[in-house]
Amino acid sequence: MIALDGVALIFHRPSGLTHIVAPPAPQILEALGEGDADPAALLDRLKRDYDFDDSEDLEAALEARLTELETSGLVWRA
Amino acid sequence: MKHELRVRVGSVGFRIGSDWKQPIDQLAALYKDYPTPDIPDFTVRLFAQRPWRRFIRPSVMIGGDYMLPDAAPLSLAHGLLAAEMGMNLQMALGQRRYLLLHASAVERDGKALLMTGDSGAGKSTLSALLGERGWRFMGDEFALIDLETGALHAFPRPVSLKNEAIALFEGAVEADRLGPIMRDTPKGDIRHLRPPKDAIARMGEPAKPALLLFPRFGYDPDVREVGEAEIFVRLTQASTNYVALGEAGFGALSDLVQNIPTRAIDYPDTESAVASVERLWAELAE
Repeated sequence: MIALDGVALIFHRPSGLTHIVAPPAPQILEALGEGDADPAALLDRLKRDYDFDDSEDLEAALEARLTELETSGLVWRA
Repeated sequence: MKHELRVRVGSVGFRIGSDWKQPIDQLAALYKDYPTPDIPDFTVRLFAQRPWRRFIRPSVMIGGDYMLPDAAPLSLAHGLLAAEMGMNLQMALGQRRYLLLHASAVERDGKALLMTGDSGAGKSTLSALLGERGWRFMGDEFALIDLETGALHAFPRPVSLKNEAIALFEGAVEADRLGPIMRDTPKGDIRHLRPPKDAIARMGEPAKPALLLFPRFGYDPDVREVGEAEIFVRLTQASTNYVALGEAGFGALSDLVQNIPTRAIDYPDTESAVASVERLWAELAE
């Protein structure tokens, strides 16, 4: 994963595809890089590293981003 | 085949075979200062669509190691263009040693200026012009990026001058450096220009990419910064083998994008473009 101005480039070895992803996708992938996690554990990792506004529905937002990453093939669900 | 020429451009050896003598004679004149490869990397074949089409309304089919299945034949008068297109095709489809960018390049002090853009943006004309004005011409069509070192390798084939660009060089360079004029080709009028002797003699010398420009012809003078992500996407589009190279191509391209100063420049005429290039080079080239 390579950071450019505001976005990140990812070369996905299994598919050979290049992805260009905007925040928060690079941050989510980085947190997942520590090891497999369910959404709750993943959110804990993100909360550890970033300050979130309490008013947001973080679970729903993370779920939506994870679904997008799953569609792109960058995240798998066991 | 009946007629054949072997020629090396940069580090790439070509063997061009033809059913007809004329394109090979024209190629030999155009490439007269170029060395002969020991072993050719690519073969191009110019052949008749049907045996009798060698003689009656001769039409040139382009073949070789790599081919486009539905390429239309050219008339024999455009045989030289067919050979050049065949050589480009081998590079575009077959080259795996370097990351190949559809870009022109010139060098000064061991550092390279890369220019890329759509057809008609003027990258070819600009590189040829700079090649006559103190820069070393490294190529008007393909820039070869070393996958290990990131260095730029020259591919200084003869420049394919198109339409209005032809007049800029007629009378300004030695007449024997210009090929035959080919009118009404699929790309308009075309005339080839053999690069300066020095550019051919030094074609084995790589250079460090130091400035990348996206020129655009026909607009008021302007210089704009370009974001890294946009540069990356534009260069993947300008590369013919990015996908085929896989992770090696990704590594070479992202290194280039992260390290090279880049600007988009608009220009109304070539003199204005040369002035912009010189100014940006003095400001930005590292």
